[in-house]
Amino acid sequence: MRALAYHGKHDVRVDTVDDPEIVNPRDAIIKVTSTAICGSDLHLYDGVIPAVLEGDILGHEFMGEVVETGPKSTLEKGQRVVVPFTISCGQCFHCQIQQYSCCDNSNPAEKQDMSATLYGHSMAGLFGYSHLTGGYSGGQAEYVRVPYSDIGPIAVPDHLDDDQVLFLSDILPTGWMAAENADIGPDDTIAVWGCGPVGLFAVQSALAMGAAEVIAIDHYPHRLELARKLGAKTINFRESNVREALMEMSGGIGVDAVIDAVGMESHGFAIDNMLDIAKQTIGVGADRASVLKQAILAVRRGGRVSIPGVYGGMTDKFPLGALMEKGLQVRGGQTHVQKYTKDLLAKIEDGTLDTTFLISHRLPLEDAAKGYKNFKEQQDVWTKVVLKPGMETQA
Amino acid sequence: MSKGHQRIAKSSSRAGLTALIMAAAGGAFLASRKSARDTTDDAPGSAARRGFRGNDLVGKSVTIGRPRQELFDYWIDFENLCSFMENVISVRKAGDQGGAVWTIMAPGGRTVDVKTEMVAERPGELIGWRSTPDSEIRTEGRVTFEDAPGERGTRVSLTMTYDPPGGDLGKAVAKLFLREPEIQARHDLKRFKMLMETGEVTTSARRKSETRAAKHQQHQQTEPA
Ligand SMILES: NC(=O)c1ccc[n+]([C@@H]2O[C@H](COP(=O)([O-])OP(=O)(O)OC[C@H]3O[C@@H](n4cnc5c(N)ncnc54)[C@H](O)[C@@H]3O)[C@@H](O)[C@H]2O)c1
Ligand SMILES: [Zn+2]
Ligand SMILES: [Zn+2]
Repeated sequence: MRALAYHGKHDVRVDTVDDPEIVNPRDAIIKVTSTAICGSDLHLYDGVIPAVLEGDILGHEFMGEVVETGPKSTLEKGQRVVVPFTISCGQCFHCQIQQYSCCDNSNPAEKQDMSATLYGHSMAGLFGYSHLTGGYSGGQAEYVRVPYSDIGPIAVPDHLDDDQVLFLSDILPTGWMAAENADIGPDDTIAVWGCGPVGLFAVQSALAMGAAEVIAIDHYPHRLELARKLGAKTINFRESNVREALMEMSGGIGVDAVIDAVGMESHGFAIDNMLDIAKQTIGVGADRASVLKQAILAVRRGGRVSIPGVYGGMTDKFPLGALMEKGLQVRGGQTHVQKYTKDLLAKIEDGTLDTTFLISHRLPLEDAAKGYKNFKEQQDVWTKVVLKPGMETQA
Repeated sequence: MSKGHQRIAKSSSRAGLTALIMAAAGGAFLASRKSARDTTDDAPGSAARRGFRGNDLVGKSVTIGRPRQELFDYWIDFENLCSFMENVISVRKAGDQGGAVWTIMAPGGRTVDVKTEMVAERPGELIGWRSTPDSEIRTEGRVTFEDAPGERGTRVSLTMTYDPPGGDLGKAVAKLFLREPEIQARHDLKRFKMLMETGEVTTSARRKSETRAAKHQQHQQTEPA
């Protein structure tokens, strides 16, 4: 089959590799019809996530048709399904309490040591990510082996097309969980850093959950415009001092909750950020956490901090005092996708949530490398790239 | 002094296992580890900062969301152990006293057999085995099953001891099989948990040929005549 493989920093290529097979009884093989490039893929592309190896097949947002099933899979051949990026067994302690992205069993035993050392506990398995999370072949491919296929994939009705449901695999639930973690009440003002796919869906979700006001922060005019269309107020951090703006816009109180939908590769020229960029470049492994630091200072006393943006390691000069002294609550995590897919599918079906506004480009899988390059370098207009195996290549 | 010994000692008051093993092993290796009980520390021996040398005692625990008896029943059938133990290609029963022959991967496509006998068995609680005197590799193992607090299932602890083997084959095996017994014990238990909770051993292999089982098979096929 054809699949997008990692070859090094800023070097991804579509290669011909062996097709996947059913390996375990609960597996299924999915023939991919649509697969997206995610902000998380950019962290891999930029080489800031450890244990991504040459030849690894990337991609964790995908959907398609079931073409093969193991004896214990509950899927049926021909079914159309969206696959969560989190691999979850459904039976461990964490899965039982719906902490699917904390699954105890989905990361192979021999892959668990590195993350256990780094984080104190091993991570669950994720598609197309890092060997920290299992080293599973990902979805930017023609076919994918889906383990525990009786737990993850959700069947979607034929009258909804791929573009409407694909994002159930990750960013729609991620935006939703980000808002849920901000514990939103009706009089609340919420600030969201980042108007990428995750930030925009967090804006949409926060408003759907009844926030009085949502303020979205970025520096790309088009992305800010998308946030505004969803009903948010906006701050362009190149033009305004973010903390001052937020204090003013919240009447001197500070926002009630903050959502960091940027993660470890924040842009900007704050001194700490420049230092962290330098450290990342020489491989010291410091996460650039300037957004999170800013958010912690901006949130009101007793407020909530929600972190959907990905961090992988350590960071310096963290405002620990503000966190403690202001009495903040912090929540984050890879999304427990399986917990949300059913309800969110219902919201797509009844028209409460639309996801198609986000897609700026549809490309054949063969052009995946171009998709990565542009999604990275022209973020303003390349808001979300969907890859379609089998689609005609344009000249 | 090793805290590992304490762990044995703690449960021995219930089990009498220490006495049993020490008697059987002629005071071989477990007996050499004596230590005074540190009364300010309830942590198990496996968490000790000192006293865990290369082939020393290794103990690890996992919590498995299944009933004690079910886990015990699976383990006591030694032929099942190769389904989750790293370098164990097969285990065959030998006699009806709980004896077994373990076929273990060795470097260069070779395999080595380890003969063990059962030294302790308490249904639903504990299984202990030890290599027979004529076995090329000396090893002892013990697995215990305890109810976890609340509804969490069963706490399973695996304790293994190896005696550095002599001879060429011994050295070769030590390199592979005994290299990192601690890591191996941890992985083995994690795989046991996966199998018991989910019905399968998790793998990220894209194809069957990349799995552990396939590697075992390939290994045997390359075995020199
Ligand atoms: N928790 C999860 O399960 C999960 C799932 C998907 C994505 N993510 C993470 O969410 C984050 C966002 O993903 P995405 O797909 O939206 O990525 P993206 O790269 O498309 O968007 C990030 C946005 O943040 C903006 N930004 C950068 N620096 C900023 C700053 N200092 N202040 C304000 N905005 C700033 C960028 O301009 C960009 O628009 C990434 O870290 C990604 O890895 C997490
Ligand atoms: Zn994603
Ligand atoms: Zn699980």
